[in-house]
Amino acid sequence: MVSPNTPETPGGAAAPSAAPRSIHDVVIRLAGNSQDGIQSVGGFLARLAGRSDQDVMTYMTIPSTISGGPSIFQVRMGTGDILSSGDRADMLVAFYQHSYDAHIGSLRPGGVLLYDSDHVTPVEGDNRFTQVAVPITSGTVEAVGGAGKDKGKNIYILGLIARVFDLDVQKLAALIKERFGGKNEDIVRNAMLAFDAGYAWPQNNLHDLFYRFEAIDLATRASGRPQVTMDGNQALAYGLLAAGVRHGAGYPITPWSSIMETLRTELPKYGGLFVQCEDEIAAISTAIGFSYTGHLAITGSAGPGLSLKMEALGWATMAEMPLIVVNVQRGGPSTGMPTNVEQSDLLQAIYGSHGDTPRVVLSPKNVEDCFYIAMEACRIARTYSTPVIILSDMALASRIEAFDEPDFPKLMVDPKADLSDRGADFKPYPLDAITRHAPPGSKIGSGKYPTVTGLEHDELGHPTGSSKLHTQMTAKRREKIKKLGTSLPSPELNGDSSGEVLLVTWGSTWGPGLEALKRINTAGVKGGHLHLRHIHPLPDGLEGIFNRYHKIVVAEINDEGLYGFGQLAVMLRARYANPAIVSVTKTDGLTFKISEIVAGVARHIESARLDASLGVAQHSALAKN
Amino acid sequence: MSSPTLVSPPTAAITTAVPLTKKILTADHPTWCPGCGDFAVLASFYRVLEKLQYPHEKIVTFAGIGCSSRFPYFVNTHGGHYIHGRALPFAAGISLGNDDLHVFVFGGDGDGFSIGGNHLVHTARKNVNLTYVIMDNSVYGLTKKQTSPTSPIGFKTKTDPTGAIDQPINPMRTLLNTGATFVARSHATQVNHMVEMMTRAAKHPGFSVVEILSECVEFYAGAFDSSIPRKGGTWSLIQEKKNDGTPEDADRHDVTDEVAAFKLAGQAWPGSFGVFYENNVRKTKNVLEAELVTKARERTKNATDLQLLQATFAKMR
Repeated sequence: MVSPNTPETPGGAAAPSAAPRSIHDVVIRLAGNSQDGIQSVGGFLARLAGRSDQDVMTYMTIPSTISGGPSIFQVRMGTGDILSSGDRADMLVAFYQHSYDAHIGSLRPGGVLLYDSDHVTPVEGDNRFTQVAVPITSGTVEAVGGAGKDKGKNIYILGLIARVFDLDVQKLAALIKERFGGKNEDIVRNAMLAFDAGYAWPQNNLHDLFYRFEAIDLATRASGRPQVTMDGNQALAYGLLAAGVRHGAGYPITPWSSIMETLRTELPKYGGLFVQCEDEIAAISTAIGFSYTGHLAITGSAGPGLSLKMEALGWATMAEMPLIVVNVQRGGPSTGMPTNVEQSDLLQAIYGSHGDTPRVVLSPKNVEDCFYIAMEACRIARTYSTPVIILSDMALASRIEAFDEPDFPKLMVDPKADLSDRGADFKPYPLDAITRHAPPGSKIGSGKYPTVTGLEHDELGHPTGSSKLHTQMTAKRREKIKKLGTSLPSPELNGDSSGEVLLVTWGSTWGPGLEALKRINTAGVKGGHLHLRHIHPLPDGLEGIFNRYHKIVVAEINDEGLYGFGQLAVMLRARYANPAIVSVTKTDGLTFKISEIVAGVARHIESARLDASLGVAQHSALAKN
Repeated sequence: MSSPTLVSPPTAAITTAVPLTKKILTADHPTWCPGCGDFAVLASFYRVLEKLQYPHEKIVTFAGIGCSSRFPYFVNTHGGHYIHGRALPFAAGISLGNDDLHVFVFGGDGDGFSIGGNHLVHTARKNVNLTYVIMDNSVYGLTKKQTSPTSPIGFKTKTDPTGAIDQPINPMRTLLNTGATFVARSHATQVNHMVEMMTRAAKHPGFSVVEILSECVEFYAGAFDSSIPRKGGTWSLIQEKKNDGTPEDADRHDVTDEVAAFKLAGQAWPGSFGVFYENNVRKTKNVLEAELVTKARERTKNATDLQLLQATFAKMR
């Protein structure tokens, strides 16, 4: 029983006139203002999908202003792999006229428009869509009553959506209770009243809109572990915890802040601490200080903050100190587009700073990978005694996905600092081996204590002006990173192993890239998709893969620059001197649409088949026959 | 923080029964110019460590950039040489990363009051448990005579060939303003005084700072003569309150009185030397962070790391 207002059987208010139609996945865009709680509707749907073993991906835009202003939340949920948030919506929920005006263009032909008839007047006779007028505001006020006015209309809509897509009402009710359970009982009761009212809205007004997701093939969920639902910043923070990181320091900046908030809250439980510093430079300095005491530490920021950290990062390279630096990329340069996505910090991450600073740069491909890349970054930082930069981005930071709970008992890393005695022959910077620091607190057998330094130094860490040593030490710092490169696994390659085109992506462009490949292959073009998680050093063997395709098209969210190539393309062209490497870039601050990548590929390979496929309008899965 | 769960148990292979002596503590020969005041600061620091006899492996000597910041190379302890002005936040990481350590940071007036000014303020206000020694020579020496934040008006440098025109920092006022819980001033010609000030600073629980006037004989000779008696100057020692009930005690300086400390800091050049301010009441950040851990561990009933993560993820199903 959901609440006193709910009929005994779901749907009892007005039984659907027909059996639900089966759909694979659906994209729902909720458009309103930022205070309407539409993010929480998206959050409920995402978590429900996670609990139902369905895949889910969300896409959120929030205004960078403090309160108010238009806001959207898009959720794509369905059966099987969901790789992108979807080019266009199958269902648009418009709370206001401005929501309708701004987003009706995002609705696929045949899609469903649910609009608040108290606020929105849609274009009359627009028969491209199924239009459903719902008195969302007055319906909510009527259901909840009291002084809350229209508060709760997000939950009203959640009820309506639950009806249309035949969602599991019991599970949703449980989620609502968990979410509001900590508050007073009235809030839970009002939320359930709004939910029930939305759910019970007369079915015949819905024009027989009634769908059900295809049954999940449970064999594809082989891990045996339940799904969890979270955003990329959370996954990254928890990956660091699993990897034994117990110390960190940072300074607030969008979209990095939520990682430091999570760590500040969580770390004391694990015996650790996270320090909020006076600025970005202090943050990285404190983090390196932690690492020096034997506790691999994390600092992070967005692009402008990474620039501020560069001098200290140069020191960490010179002194060979392990360190994790997270950069959640946003639109730049400068303050730029702080709540939009961009992949424009790649070259900064690899080549920023002064002097020759060979660096490790990794990038997660989706929310789940944020967890695993954090763990891998820690392993690399410890093994090679080096700073590692994780390049995430705004899209990963803010979107919610469901993934299998990690196998924690297998993955957990012991966080203990090694303060054991070091032998008489201890040297912090041996020329013939990778640096292993002796943290303060550890006794040194020779009685000669080591110095860590940013000056060029000898094997014991003492400063030197020797040309020979500078050459040798520069090579030492370079060779260990090259050694890492040879140990990396081959990157993920999908589709045809040779052909007309190889699509290359990095970071959050993985999903749209993979979906674009499916469209390209469906159009009859032979091609593959290669995704890079390890960007610097590059894994071995890419040259051979590139040689099997006529064109290598690198899709990334940054500018084509002065010479017509995006940042990864610049790197790959410099590394492989292969003129077949070309670019698809964009700088609108939004994640790639599948059609944008396909159109970009079509431009480069001049394929009539691909061009033709672009002309075919994608009809909504919700369209009536 | 040295939460016991985060550090491996020490091995007992090496015993350090031998007392720490200047001989053991001496490392590279200093690169300073002959006659530099910093030699005396170094000699005093050896004596401080001889006096305190901390376990050798638990002493950390750290610095930023500048002539004085070469210090860690000359002291045989764990230590490091960081970037310009940022030694304090690094040292905060050391102190908070392992509470068992004795952390000493050395630097000059440029490091402390110019490029690192913001870090001085915040490391002090957070009361991170470490000792900071500022060797003030009122000039940029390593880069060969540019104006420093403590250069007096009229001092001719390569960047102010007609004499400095900007108001210099008053180090004592600045340090008191930051919220530092131990603030003292000394002079490189007064070895016993330096030893006393640095020893008290080392023993102080919290952020302790000692400013030492240390002459640059190459680029600012005679800068501090007015406080050297044998050069005709006045050595004015702060008389600390003894609370002995004598009438003269009423005129002595109460080191816990912030207002009195500010008054002393406002004296005309060359001013007084000694402890200006000491606050042993305010908790250190080290203690406050440890309290957060204790509370969090109580709330979570000392769950293991694995249990904690599993419980968190169970909530996200």
